[in-house]
Amino acid sequence: MAVDSTGVLAARAKGALRSPVTFSVVAGLVIGALFLVGTGADPLAAYGAVVTGSLGGDGIGATLTTGTSVLGLALALAIPLRAGLINLGGDGQLVLGGIAAAVTGLYSPLPAPLTVVLALLAGTAAGAAYAALAALCENRFGVPLLVSSLLLSYPATSFASYLVRHPLKEPGSSLPQTRRLPEGVALPAFGTSTVTAGLVLVLLAAAAYWFADRRTAVGYEIRMTGLNPRFAAYAGVERKGLTLRLMAVSGGLAGLVGSIGVLSFPYRFLDGSLTAPGYTWTGLTAALLAAAAPLGTVLAAFFFAVLQVGGLSMERTTEVPRELTQVLQAIVIVFLAARLRFPRPRRTRGEDRDPGAPEPPTPGSAVPGSAAQREAV
Amino acid sequence: MFLDSDLLMSALRALTPILLAALGGALCERAGVFNIGLEGMMLMGCFTAVATSWFTGSPWLGVLAAALAAAAYSLILAVGAVTLRGDAVVLGVAMNLLAVGLTSFLLRTVFGVQGTFDDPSLAGLPLVGGFSPLAYLAWAAVGVSALLLSRHVWGLRLRGVGEAPDAAATLGVSPARYKYAAVLVSGVLCGLAGAQLALGNVTLFSENMTAGRGWIAVVAVMLGRALPLGVLLAALLFGLAEAAGFRLQGLGMPQQATDAAPYVVTLVALFLSTAQRRRRTARTTGNARTTGVAP
Repeated sequence: MAVDSTGVLAARAKGALRSPVTFSVVAGLVIGALFLVGTGADPLAAYGAVVTGSLGGDGIGATLTTGTSVLGLALALAIPLRAGLINLGGDGQLVLGGIAAAVTGLYSPLPAPLTVVLALLAGTAAGAAYAALAALCENRFGVPLLVSSLLLSYPATSFASYLVRHPLKEPGSSLPQTRRLPEGVALPAFGTSTVTAGLVLVLLAAAAYWFADRRTAVGYEIRMTGLNPRFAAYAGVERKGLTLRLMAVSGGLAGLVGSIGVLSFPYRFLDGSLTAPGYTWTGLTAALLAAAAPLGTVLAAFFFAVLQVGGLSMERTTEVPRELTQVLQAIVIVFLAARLRFPRPRRTRGEDRDPGAPEPPTPGSAVPGSAAQREAV
Repeated sequence: MFLDSDLLMSALRALTPILLAALGGALCERAGVFNIGLEGMMLMGCFTAVATSWFTGSPWLGVLAAALAAAAYSLILAVGAVTLRGDAVVLGVAMNLLAVGLTSFLLRTVFGVQGTFDDPSLAGLPLVGGFSPLAYLAWAAVGVSALLLSRHVWGLRLRGVGEAPDAAATLGVSPARYKYAAVLVSGVLCGLAGAQLALGNVTLFSENMTAGRGWIAVVAVMLGRALPLGVLLAALLFGLAEAAGFRLQGLGMPQQATDAAPYVVTLVALFLSTAQRRRRTARTTGNARTTGVAP
């Protein structure tokens, strides 16, 4: 038995080394090292600072706090990605979740613990509803999800920005922020750290995703749609309904992360504080790196949280700007994207079309423009 | 008077970067490469233009360098999507992220500032007849690309490569070569768009200053059905929304409402255009809704 399992482990390790994921991460780290050498820093010292700064006693709290948001959004983006759908509107859904939670927290007449629960629910519902709107744009109006989700994101952030600058602005404050939430309206924290019960909620969501993906019929339908949308449609998966539900779950998670952000330090909605750290993009990167697999998404999110937090201590010790970690993240995905092919449910004209594969005739393909083919639906 | 020549002039000024980027996107679309990396290519153009203009003192060298840098940057998409046959959507998203990270990193290492680089002695593009020279170039590019696509053998081959790569290859046209050319030209155009944004519309560089314009360009390609004239109209719509937004802001509308206006207008325009096309399809094919599975 022991020999068997080591044999399996060895085979798995070999497979992991050859996988595009390992290749991309290593390539990203190597190019990052070249950048470090280029700016006159010692790559080993810089990477060392990333690790000690994020996983050492001083940094682990920050890593877990950042990790809460990154993992939440990574899950939010991974769930539709599993079916081949890309939700680019994470920022808008996140911010609306945050603002809904802030309003609930400020004006709810309920006792504090119930208000916290209500605020979490309100944030989740706001994010879910807004993401569902993007899905409706695709289902009803034929605007591709990629575009509708992204375009909807800008008005949402502008709306939230307007609210905290005018009607909800803290009187007397020079910052665009709401009042502080009432005493007790906050997620319980672990000891004196900034890590809150939000981490538990996000981990529960990850566990639920893992279970749904592995053990349920819905999870199978989602994976099947991701692997071969036409086969899934033939097998009776109702695409529009699936898109709507997946987007609602996705936006709900993004909204949940927004409300967690408001219900932890600084216990208010501050304009830009949810979007500035780029959780949406880091989350998307993590989801892509893991090809939306549940456990992989958790690992990738943790990896990127380490990079993001460690980048700060790298900047302190080596004076290399922390933006380098953002470059590193993107390079990993560039390499990965060049090696992988994600199937898309509805191919737009020319999108990752394989020149070697015969293209089935599609009605309307004589009309240029990617939307033309969607008309045949 | 709200709708006057002033508004049209500012709309025409606002549309130049979008138009240049969208023309590049349209060429790629015609060649069968889905290019959503326009935003990132533009941002690389912005930074290169500002940096070059700052160190050489010449905005013209800035424009040239921006075009070259963005073309070089577009090679990521060409190599990744055409040669390695990777996922163009993910590549595009990654290129946009990489551009944000790279330009912010360079802003701090080269200029030692965070957020915005803004200096009174930074030379911007001069105005010729009320417009930036790049605006004239953009209008000319509409005509050139329209003629190229409809009349010239290169354009016909490019479209052939996009619509039926196998047939094109059988006729001795190399699909890869035409796709590379389309992506590189889109890089050049996006570089010019970035230069216009950073040395024309304003004279500064700030982090992520493209702020979704590359995405608007992607939508303009869809709205304009990848036809140069269609793309021009779509970009004009966006320019009008932006110019009207500034006007309304002057009349007391909150800035956030006018910030959001171009995106909302674009989305609504997409609704209307698809709805119209859907009706037309329904008329010509009987009932379009009964065909079932998506192609």
